[in-house]
Amino acid sequence: MLVAPGDDLGSSSDLDPGHGVIVVDGRLKAVKQGRMTNDGKQIGIQPRRTAYVPRPSDLVIGYVEGMTNNIWFIDIGAPFNAILPLSLGPAKGSFGGLRSVLDVGDAILCRIQEVEENHSSVATMKGMGLRKLKSGSVESVDPHLLGRVIGSKGSNLATLKEETDTRITVTDNGRIWIDGEVEGIIAARDKLLELMEAAKVSEYRGDE
Amino acid sequence: MMGGYGDVQMIDENGLRMDGRKPEDCRPIEIETGVIPVADGSARVIWGKNEVIAAVYGPMEAHPRKIQRQDRAVLDVRYNMAPFSTSDRIRPGFNRRSREISKVTAEALESVVLLELYPRSKIRVEIEIICAEAGTRCAGITAASVALAHAGIPMTDLVVSVASGKVNDIVVCDLNKEEDNYGEADLPMGILPNTGELVFLQMDGDLSQEEFKTAWDYNMEAASKIHEEMARALKGGDA
Repeated sequence: MLVAPGDDLGSSSDLDPGHGVIVVDGRLKAVKQGRMTNDGKQIGIQPRRTAYVPRPSDLVIGYVEGMTNNIWFIDIGAPFNAILPLSLGPAKGSFGGLRSVLDVGDAILCRIQEVEENHSSVATMKGMGLRKLKSGSVESVDPHLLGRVIGSKGSNLATLKEETDTRITVTDNGRIWIDGEVEGIIAARDKLLELMEAAKVSEYRGDE
Repeated sequence: MMGGYGDVQMIDENGLRMDGRKPEDCRPIEIETGVIPVADGSARVIWGKNEVIAAVYGPMEAHPRKIQRQDRAVLDVRYNMAPFSTSDRIRPGFNRRSREISKVTAEALESVVLLELYPRSKIRVEIEIICAEAGTRCAGITAASVALAHAGIPMTDLVVSVASGKVNDIVVCDLNKEEDNYGEADLPMGILPNTGELVFLQMDGDLSQEEFKTAWDYNMEAASKIHEEMARALKGGDA
């Protein structure tokens, strides 16, 4: 069943509120638009759209939004920017000379190191494969649709890589980096858009 | 339509208004979601001859930093009338009226959006009036509310906004352009349809207690009908 914010979902005496549901005066109330799920114990909503909320160890693609003398500010598609300290950056940079290492607008593959209580997060580029993205294309998918896009055990993704002869990196914030020959990238992007549309439809219909 | 204030006959001897509606009738309304694909959520409301598009972006980092609130998100609402939306060209950009409407819209929406879930961030709501025919602030609030829900922003309820007013000493619901220009009073309200709570009320002109009560009832009745259309749009015709 599809619900809209404010819809009454029944009494809270039998069921617990799950994602997107609150209790008001003993009644369960939807606070998001989406599809209602009920597993017999808990009633929740699978929303049509979600914002990415970072968690430690998430692999993400971010864009440099700004910097101070020793910190980069990275847009990771979350409600709050992540910070990337100079000490966790990709190369040795000097205090005040961050622009020569990563400039505004650069895309980077990084990992979330920690998320603080006030929602701000710290990113790191120290680790295997973490780097500045210099080639290829970045596409975005709603984070909650990622599972449907990549398929069961990454089946869709494996087929896509094989068919288009590209390297594809899927990250937790819903950004997908496609690299390879130009024709391959274009074909992969088109196929990915199709997969996204199919994922949206099946998500909304509530297919398993 | 010449003549002064109050001397224009806008209700005929059968009690029908110039566009054939009864006093308690609302103009036809159509709502559609997802009209701006790049936005996180969007809605188009066609209400009589009004056409309004609302787009929502965020939650995102609030800039400049001085607008950040440590305990909640801020709603950045911008109401704007397109220069071509009325027969007299409107000078582009902010003016006193659009600032006022942006402010009251933000305050009405703040009472339903769960802003405390996104401290220090910002939710941007853009309302653009494409075609105006009286009641654009109500259409704007209604469109913004649907766009927020469409963007997946948690809200305790939708906000339905509708206005009633007084024309030729008769209280009528959902004023059209002539009734708004030549009428005697106007009472726009923002209503939470599931609880009947009020989050926004303004009044132009004078209404007696009786007339106010009638206008209130008309607004409440219209709100439940508009809410059905909002729910239908959000649920993809499955209301």
